[in-house]
Amino acid sequence: MATQTLTIDGKLVTARPEDTILSASKDAGIDIPTLCYLDGLSAHGGCRLCMVEVGSQNRLLPACTTPVREDMNVSTSTPRLVEYRRMIVALLLAERNHVCSVCVANGHCELQSMAYALGVTHVRFEYLSPELPVDVSHDRYGMDHNRCILCTRCVRACDQIEGAHTLDVMGRGVNSRIVADMNQPWGDSVTCTSCGKCVQACPTGALFRQGSTVAEMEKDRTMLQFLVTAREKKQWLV
Amino acid sequence: MDLQDLRELAEKERRSQAPRSIRCCVAAGCTSANSMAVLDNLQQAVQDAGLKDKVHVSPVGCLRLCCEGPLVATDPDGHLYHKVAPGDAEAIVAGLGNGGFAARRGDAASPFFALQASVVLDNCGHVEPERIETYIARDGYTALFKVLREMSPPQVVDEVTRSGLRGRGGAGYPTGVKWSMVAKNQGDRKFVVCNADEGDPGAFMNRSLLESDPHKVLEGMAIAAYAVGASSGYIYVRGEYPLAIARLKTAIKQAGRLGLLGTHRCNSPFDFRIDIRIGAGAFVCGEETALMASIMGERGLPTPRPPYPAEKGLWGCPTLINNVETFANIPAIMRQGADWFAGIGTDSSKGTKVFCVTGKVKNTGLVEVPLGTPLRTIVEDIGGGVPGNGRIKAVQTGGPSGGCIPAQHLDTSVDYEALGQLGSIMGSGGMIVMDEGTDMVDVARFFMTFCMDESCGKCIPCRAGTVQLTHLLTRIIDKVATPQDLELLESLCDMVKNASLCGLGQTAPNPVLSTLRYFRDEYTSRLRAGGVVRRALALPLVSLS
Amino acid sequence: MARLRLATTWLGGCSGCHMSFLDMDEWLIDLARMADIVYTPFQDVKKFPENVDVTLVEGAVANRDHLEQLEQVRAHSRLVVSFGDCAVTGNVTAMRNPLGKAEPVLRRSYIELATVNPQIPDEAGIVPALLERVYPVHEMIRVDYYIPGCPPPADRIRHVLEELIAGREPKLEGAELKFG
Ligand SMILES: Cc1cc2nc3c(=O)[nH]c(=O)nc-3n(C[C@H](O)[C@H](O)[C@H](O)COP(=O)(O)O)c2cc1C
Ligand code: SF4
Ligand code: SF4
Ligand code: FES
Repeated sequence: MATQTLTIDGKLVTARPEDTILSASKDAGIDIPTLCYLDGLSAHGGCRLCMVEVGSQNRLLPACTTPVREDMNVSTSTPRLVEYRRMIVALLLAERNHVCSVCVANGHCELQSMAYALGVTHVRFEYLSPELPVDVSHDRYGMDHNRCILCTRCVRACDQIEGAHTLDVMGRGVNSRIVADMNQPWGDSVTCTSCGKCVQACPTGALFRQGSTVAEMEKDRTMLQFLVTAREKKQWLV
Repeated sequence: MDLQDLRELAEKERRSQAPRSIRCCVAAGCTSANSMAVLDNLQQAVQDAGLKDKVHVSPVGCLRLCCEGPLVATDPDGHLYHKVAPGDAEAIVAGLGNGGFAARRGDAASPFFALQASVVLDNCGHVEPERIETYIARDGYTALFKVLREMSPPQVVDEVTRSGLRGRGGAGYPTGVKWSMVAKNQGDRKFVVCNADEGDPGAFMNRSLLESDPHKVLEGMAIAAYAVGASSGYIYVRGEYPLAIARLKTAIKQAGRLGLLGTHRCNSPFDFRIDIRIGAGAFVCGEETALMASIMGERGLPTPRPPYPAEKGLWGCPTLINNVETFANIPAIMRQGADWFAGIGTDSSKGTKVFCVTGKVKNTGLVEVPLGTPLRTIVEDIGGGVPGNGRIKAVQTGGPSGGCIPAQHLDTSVDYEALGQLGSIMGSGGMIVMDEGTDMVDVARFFMTFCMDESCGKCIPCRAGTVQLTHLLTRIIDKVATPQDLELLESLCDMVKNASLCGLGQTAPNPVLSTLRYFRDEYTSRLRAGGVVRRALALPLVSLS
Repeated sequence: MARLRLATTWLGGCSGCHMSFLDMDEWLIDLARMADIVYTPFQDVKKFPENVDVTLVEGAVANRDHLEQLEQVRAHSRLVVSFGDCAVTGNVTAMRNPLGKAEPVLRRSYIELATVNPQIPDEAGIVPALLERVYPVHEMIRVDYYIPGCPPPADRIRHVLEELIAGREPKLEGAELKFG
C-alpha cells in the first residue's frame, strides 16, 4: 500500500500504511498525551489519554491503536478531549496514594507531569486511599503499589523485551494488582532475571531502585526502544 | 448419516411415541424447585398404574411460566399444572383423560401463553433435551441437510441477510452482514463461536434455551460454519450453568455419533467440530474480544476494535461470534425461508425476541413475542402487571447496559429503534419490572455497583470511573451530596461513556443517565441545600477489599 | 486602590507553606505596602475578622477545629486559596487515611509506640477530636484558587498574590501546577 495522507490538527501529514495515528502524529511533531504507551512495547490501549476525534464522528478513537487511513481528519486536543484527559488523570490521582512530596519519582514522574501539563489544579473525586503494600523483598528493586497506575508497561517490558514474564496482573477492576510470578514476594521469584527493564519502563514511582530516596528515581525510557531497534534492525542507535 | 437416515429416525421416534404424555420441566428453574423428584414420582406412578405403554413421561425443557414451577403439562389433554409437588404424581396420572387434577391446574390458555409467539422456543418444553431423537422427530437437523444439499454458502448468507435477523446478544448488529464479512475474509482457518456467557443480572434466556433445546443451537452453528467456511466452533458457557453445560456435552456427543457434526458431517465433504469452553463467570468475558482471549487461555481482557473478530479473531483467524438466540433462529429461517421470517416483527426489527420478565410482576418467566409488540402487552397482559394492584413505575431493559422506561412510555413498541430513542436498549432480553415503591437512584446504584465489580480494570475510565460514580450515587442516596456532586456525576458519566475501551464501560453510565432523564427529581430532591461546610463527615463509602 | 485585606491560616500541615511565604523575603515589604494582613498564625489574633478579601489556607482538614475554622474562613472571605499540597490534595497529612479511621491512628501513636504513660489524649475543649478521615480543603468548602507545591516555591505564591492584588485572575500553568 502506498503512503497515506491525512490531516492532523489541520496539518497535512503523510504516513506509512502501518502507522497509527499516534506514530504519525509524533513524526509530524504533534504531541498526543499517553501513559500506557511506550516505544518498544506493544500498544495496550488502556489509559485512554490518547483518545482523539476523527472527522465528525462522535466516537473517540485511541491514537495508539488506531491505524491511519487515507483522508482521515484527526483532532487531538479539542476542549472535550482535554476535559476528558483531566478527568482521567484526576481519577488516577484519587485511585491510589500518590503523595508526590514523598515519592522517589518526584520530578521524574509521568503521571505528575501529565497532571500539570493538562492543568489539573485539584481532584474533585473522593480519594479512595486504599491500604496497599510495598514489596521490597527483591534485593535490587522495589514495588510500591500505592503509586501504580496499572498501565502494564512493566508487564509488557518483562514479557516482550526480557522474555521472562515475571510480572502480570492479578484481580480485576479497582482491585487489580501487579504480581510477580504466582503472587509471591518479588524477591522469591524464580523467573525474575533482575534486568530492571520494568523499572525503566514504569512511568511513576511504583517501581524503583532500592536505596533511592525522594526524587532520586530517574528513569531511562529510551532503553527499551534502543534494545528493540538493536534487535530488529541491528542498529546501535542511542 | 444422510437425509434418508434422518427421516427414518424421525419417523421411528414419532411412531414410538405413546398416545398420552406427561411433560415435566427439568430446566434449572424447576429443578431447583425439586422437579427431578416430581419426574421420578410421575414415572413411578405411571408404572404403578400399569400405563407404561400408554403414557410416556418426558423430561422436557422450560415451560416458560417459571414462577409457578415445578411445571407439568399433559397431552393431549392440554393441562398445565403449577407448583407440582412430588406427592401430586398419582393424582396427575389418575386425572389423565378425565378432567385432570383440579388442585394444581393452571390456565394453559391464559394471556401469558396465548399472546406469546414460538419461533426460538417452539421446541422448549416439547423435546427432551437429552435425547436427540426427540429433536429430530420435530424436524430437527433438516435445515442443516437442506443447506448442505441445496444451497451454496453465499446463498445461505444471502438468506440470513434477507431475513433481517439482527444479533440477539445486545447490540443488534445485522447477522447477515457479519456472516458475509467472515465469509469474505481469508484465513487458514475460520471459527464459529457461540456466546453463551449471559452475564446480565436477571437474564436467563440463553440458559433456558440451552437447557431445553441444545440441538437447535448446534444446528444453527453448523449452518453458520458452512456459510462462512469454518471447520471448528466453540461454545463459551459460563461455569454457573452446569446443567446447560452437561446437556450441551450430551448433545454434541449425540450429534457426533449420528454423524451430524464432526468429520464429513451429514455425508458431505465438510467438517465441523464443536468444543465447549467454560468461563469463570466474569461479565466482561461476554464481550467478544475478551471472550476470545479467554478461549485462547489468556486473561479475559477486551482489546480495542478494529480489528474486529470477523477480520482477526481466534488465533488471528476470521471468527464469527453470535449469541445463542441468534443461532437458534437460523434453522427456522432456513426451513421456512427469509420471507417468512421477515414477515414477523417491524420494518427494521424482524422476528421474535425472548425476554426474561422478572421483578415486581405476577408472571415471571420466559416470554417470546414478535418484535414490535407493545411493552405494555409484555408486562401487563403477559406478565400480569404488579401483584396486588400495585402500579408499574418503570421497566428496565438491557441490564447494566440499558435503561429504565417509565410508565408513561409503556405503549412503546419493543424494537431496537424505539427502545434506543427512549434511552434504553434491547439488550439480550432481561426485562425487570419496577413498581411505585422503587427508588430509582438505588436502581442506578445497583447496576453501577455491578459494573464496578465486573470491570476488568484494563482501562481507567471504567476501572476508576465506576468506583467514583458508585460513590457519588451513594452520597446522593445518603443525602450528603451537593449540587456540584450531581454535576460531577453527569460529567463523569459522559466521560466514562465516551472514553472507555469496551462496551462494559461505554454503557455502564446508561442506567444513571436514563434514571436522570425520567426521574431527575429523585436525585435533586436529595441534594444538600448548601451551607458553608459541604460534606457531611462520611467514612469511605465503598471499601476496597 | 483599596488595600487588600489578606489572611492566612493553617490547618493540618507542617507550617512549611508559611515558611515558604516568609521566603518571599524583601517582597514582603512590598506586600505590606499593598495589603493589610488581618489574620495569620504569625500574629496573635484570636478571632477571624470579617470582610477579608483573600485567605490562604495551608494544611488539610483533619480535626473538628479545622472544620470550625474553615466555616469562619469561608463565611468571611471573598476568595479562598488552597495553599500547598496538604490543602490541595491532603498530601502527607492524609497518609493516615489508608488506615481507615481515626482510632487505629491514635492507638498506634499513643499506645503502641508510647514508652511512658500510654493513653489516648482526650481532653474536651483542649484537644480537638480527629475526623475519621483527612480531607483536602475543597472537599469541605468552596475553594477559588489552588497553589500546589510541598511547599509551594516563594515565586509561585508571589505570582498569585500579585495577580490578586492587581485584581486579575491568578492563573498557574504548566510546571507551576506541579504537586510535590
Ligand atoms: C460487557 C459485555 C458483555 C456482553 N455479554 C454478552 C453475553 O453474555 N452474551 C452475548 O451474546 N453477547 C454479549 N455481549 C455482546 C458481544 O460482545 C457480541 O456483540 C455478541 O455476542 C455478538 O453476537 P450477536 O451479533 O449475535 O448479538 C456483551 C458485550 C459486552 C460489552
Ligand atoms: S508498576 Fe509501574 S509500569 Fe507497572 S503497571 Fe504499575 S505504574 Fe505501570
Ligand atoms: S471498559 Fe471496563 S471492562 Fe471494558 S476494558 Fe475498560 S475496564 Fe475493562
Ligand atoms: S496511550 Fe493510548 S490508551 Fe494509553
